[in-house]
Amino acid sequence: MTQPYIRFDKVTKAYGDFIVVEDLYLDIAKGEFVSLLGPSGSGKTTILMMLAGFEPPTRGAVIVDEKRIDQLPPHRRNMGVVFQSYALFPHMTVADNVAFPLEMRGVPKANRKQLVDRALDMVQLGTMADRKPSQLSGGQQQRVALARALVFEPAVVLMDEPLGALDKQLREQMQLDIRDLHKRLGLTIIFVTHDQSEALTMSDRIAVFNKGRIEQIGTPNEIYDHPTTRFVADFIGETNLLDGAIETSDANGLIVALPGNKRIRVAAGSGEATGAAVTVSLRPEKIRLNSDAGSENSLPVTILDSVYHGDHLRMVLDAQGTRLIAKADRRFGDLQPGSKAIASFDAADCWLVRS
Amino acid sequence: MSMLRVLKIVFAVAAMTFLLAPLVAILPLAFTSSVFLNYPVPGYSTRWFAELFTADVWRRAIINSLVIGLGVTVLATVLGTLAAVGLRERRLPFSGVLRTAFLLPMVVPAVVLGVGMQLLFVRMGLANSYLGVIFAHSVIAVPFVFVNVSAALQGVDTRVERAAASLGASPITTFRRVTLPLATPGIVSGAVFAFATSLDEVILTLFVAGPNQRTLARQMFSTIRENISPAIAAAAFLFIVGTILAATIVMLVRWKSAQRRAA
Repeated sequence: MTQPYIRFDKVTKAYGDFIVVEDLYLDIAKGEFVSLLGPSGSGKTTILMMLAGFEPPTRGAVIVDEKRIDQLPPHRRNMGVVFQSYALFPHMTVADNVAFPLEMRGVPKANRKQLVDRALDMVQLGTMADRKPSQLSGGQQQRVALARALVFEPAVVLMDEPLGALDKQLREQMQLDIRDLHKRLGLTIIFVTHDQSEALTMSDRIAVFNKGRIEQIGTPNEIYDHPTTRFVADFIGETNLLDGAIETSDANGLIVALPGNKRIRVAAGSGEATGAAVTVSLRPEKIRLNSDAGSENSLPVTILDSVYHGDHLRMVLDAQGTRLIAKADRRFGDLQPGSKAIASFDAADCWLVRS
Repeated sequence: MSMLRVLKIVFAVAAMTFLLAPLVAILPLAFTSSVFLNYPVPGYSTRWFAELFTADVWRRAIINSLVIGLGVTVLATVLGTLAAVGLRERRLPFSGVLRTAFLLPMVVPAVVLGVGMQLLFVRMGLANSYLGVIFAHSVIAVPFVFVNVSAALQGVDTRVERAAASLGASPITTFRRVTLPLATPGIVSGAVFAFATSLDEVILTLFVAGPNQRTLARQMFSTIRENISPAIAAAAFLFIVGTILAATIVMLVRWKSAQRRAA
């Protein structure tokens, strides 16, 4: 990464004895779209609030553009914040809401109107300027909040689960809209969400949080395909977590012994000692169902359940005591619960994660 | 119709009668042509209203009530609002204790307050002055403003204020442009309550007011002892009309703000 634009340097936030964020190091480049992803209570919103200036860090430094800002009050930070609840001013019209940050910056009235019109056009709400927020739908309110956070061209835009209250279709539309704005305006966006698919579709990088710490940070691809910990593998998408022990290792990877005298080959992973307890993550869509046994990584299974999901079948398999979830092609629809099959998968799709 | 339902209606009617009967009883007497405050009413006239607005004592009492009432409204609304705003910050030490302290004048017997105030005001040179009466009434009016404004502030979404801060508004600007407008309905109803409290107050007025600060309520109180004139009923009529007006204002303000908030 080039010179980081935003840096959290060993930041801790505690309320009394309760530690919300612990020793956080996080660098974000200018123009980057970074998602903070995690379950509720993992500290991600607190990080956003520290960046916006609403929560002072207990220890450590928050640095933006090479300046420490953790003592700066919120109104002097020049960051656009979009809240989950939209937080529009209910007593002002849409246009006055969007004009508010310009007014605070002493932009002359004539220019203000022009900038407000442009911002509202950008979110396709040009015709709603004279309405009150209460006269708009949730999606429209959210777009007003977005226009208001962008109209003064802030250095950084912070979004705290901005799409959480919208229905699925609108949410997906807004995801594309926000991504598009990010690219077009070259914005630096920090996006807090607990929705992993949202993080995967929108971000340049994702930081996965658990209990106030970063579990893993990387591109959506790295996070999804190469989770480093059990938590990340489980939180991002669906996965099968198989506990076992390393039996042997060679140049092609290693062999992991699973309970019930099963062996699987894992392509990557070196430096692990023979006999060490490991967990293997195997994505359901990587499991193939066949009728005849292959050489390596094929397990005889009994089908326990098969649920129709439209574009695929979600199957629950029993591999001699090990439960597996598989996403199977629809052509396996005639495999009824109770029938036998062979589940096979590539060694490259088996991934070692830390507990 | 079930038995319970009948009982409920009977009870509701009984309760309302109990509350409203005295008002209904006094109202016709305001329009009596007789010089006595009693039934039956021999004929109807507006002579007692004329008396109210022409007789010097009554006219002065009405003007005094309005002057003092307005003074109390301004003073109590400003103080009560400031207190509510200050105590909104929950992290303030002793905020719970302070909160209770602000509500104390509501429960302390007015007689006790009155004695104390009289002693104090004599020393301070405030006895028998308009300012003294305004201060005295404000003490018991502040809690009403405090309660109303506190409730209104509780309804203001702190995230909206944070949004204002993030958009570049200093704390003072945020308060002026966002918090205050959103709390206005509470401030208005607090002000109406403050005015009504001052209008109604007799006991403190008896202790701290001189002959020049006779308010309408106090004038009624002394008239009823000296000569039971139907002018009292006419004054009561004015009170009731005034109260209904005030209540209407409060309801209108609440209704408008509820309409604005409805998403």
